[in-house]
Amino acid sequence: MTSSALLTIILMPFLLLALATVLTWVERRLLGLWQDRYGPNRVGPGGLFQAVADGIKILFKQDWIPPFADKGVFILAPAIGMMTVLLSFAVIPFTMGIGIASNLNVGLLFILGMMGLGVYAVVLAGWSSNSKFALLGGMRAAAQMISYEVFMGLSLLGVVMMAGSFSLHDIVTAQAGLWFIIPQCLGFAVFLLAGIAETHRLPFDLPEGENELGAGFHTEYSGMKFGMFFIAEYAGIVLISSLVTTLYLGGWRGPLLPPAVWFLLKTGSMVAFFILLRASLPRPRYDQLMALGWKVLLPLSLLNVMVTGTLLMLRASL
Amino acid sequence: MHALALLAASVTVIGATMVITRKVAVHAVLYLVATMLGLAALLVMLGGSFAAMLEIIIYAGAIMVLFVFVIMMLNLGQPDSAREKEWLRPHVWLGPGVLAAIICAELLYCIVPLSDSVPSVVPITAHDVGLSLFGRYVLMVELASFLLLAGLVAAFHIGRNRVEDR
Repeated sequence: MTSSALLTIILMPFLLLALATVLTWVERRLLGLWQDRYGPNRVGPGGLFQAVADGIKILFKQDWIPPFADKGVFILAPAIGMMTVLLSFAVIPFTMGIGIASNLNVGLLFILGMMGLGVYAVVLAGWSSNSKFALLGGMRAAAQMISYEVFMGLSLLGVVMMAGSFSLHDIVTAQAGLWFIIPQCLGFAVFLLAGIAETHRLPFDLPEGENELGAGFHTEYSGMKFGMFFIAEYAGIVLISSLVTTLYLGGWRGPLLPPAVWFLLKTGSMVAFFILLRASLPRPRYDQLMALGWKVLLPLSLLNVMVTGTLLMLRASL
Repeated sequence: MHALALLAASVTVIGATMVITRKVAVHAVLYLVATMLGLAALLVMLGGSFAAMLEIIIYAGAIMVLFVFVIMMLNLGQPDSAREKEWLRPHVWLGPGVLAAIICAELLYCIVPLSDSVPSVVPITAHDVGLSLFGRYVLMVELASFLLLAGLVAAFHIGRNRVEDR
């Protein structure tokens, strides 16, 4: 292992955590813009240091573990959430050279596996809190995330079939002529919806659903443990955005500008799109969410697999 | 590589031991997840990274979450664990335990001659898995899909909302 690779491994988590922290401010400013108000604009230039102020505040808050909670699991849950998201970034190719294990031959499956393990953070937080709101939030999260994982995996099959590899590096290389968003538009739509549900972001934030469940699965959390859920959620948004960039928007590819800038631009606009969704869409009912998943997205993603397979076979036989 | 394999194997074995000794069901499931992850690490070292990822996605990521989900729904408490303790008297588990120990010893005895040489790790790619699944073992795949379909139909039948029940 070269020293530059080692440096990437050490620097990456810090960069991602800083990025996620800044995103909390970006989100509030953008929400303010789209909802015709200011948002935080007092601390530092344009309110930029609001994120730092919030970070310091949350570190000094009392870190309270409820006496009725299952202590070990209660502490473990936010750590699982954080770890799985950060580990997923290991296989993302930021540019041709930058990336930790972007050439892993089962890279895409690794990310799906990490997302599958990420469910535990929410479910165990809900269970170990030993309170009704948290338990309800945890159960909703389990059903929602397991269901949407199915469609997420199926929608990715089209991309894998076209690229002929699970390695994210190969998938970006395969998009040399045409970004996969055009031949795989159906898969893209399903993946995006599943990605929102998987990060339990608005409008699919039913596990939190503050108007009905208090704060859902993290009702009993305080201080930095809550902060870890919060940061993991933002890192999750960045993860889904960079996945969309890698799988459907051609990764680092683009004319004129250097590859890293293209990657950041594409990922940044996807993150902004996530925030726009939050600013503009109401939250559906839980049964509507599940019905959308199993009755619309599942057939659509299966159709996508079938059509892609047929076209690829036809092209190969010509 | 050898030390890593031993580490993963010991995590797996310790995890499996903890699974059967924990009193709280969710803790047991968590140790089972750790066991699955240890197994996945071993599979990676043996060259089967595709199988390892499937192990993580399907067993650790989906089936175990369903276990936790069901445990959360049942919400087991003190009376349940007292009843469970009742079932675990020595005269209940001693006989099966001895028999299982004999089988385990025999298994260990049988695999000792096989264990000393793992010549070279040949990576098994998704391509190879696909070829053997849909080539040589296609009948097995079809039979498994029949089984899954039967399970699906049965679950649908049990969960159906009959009109006369309302």
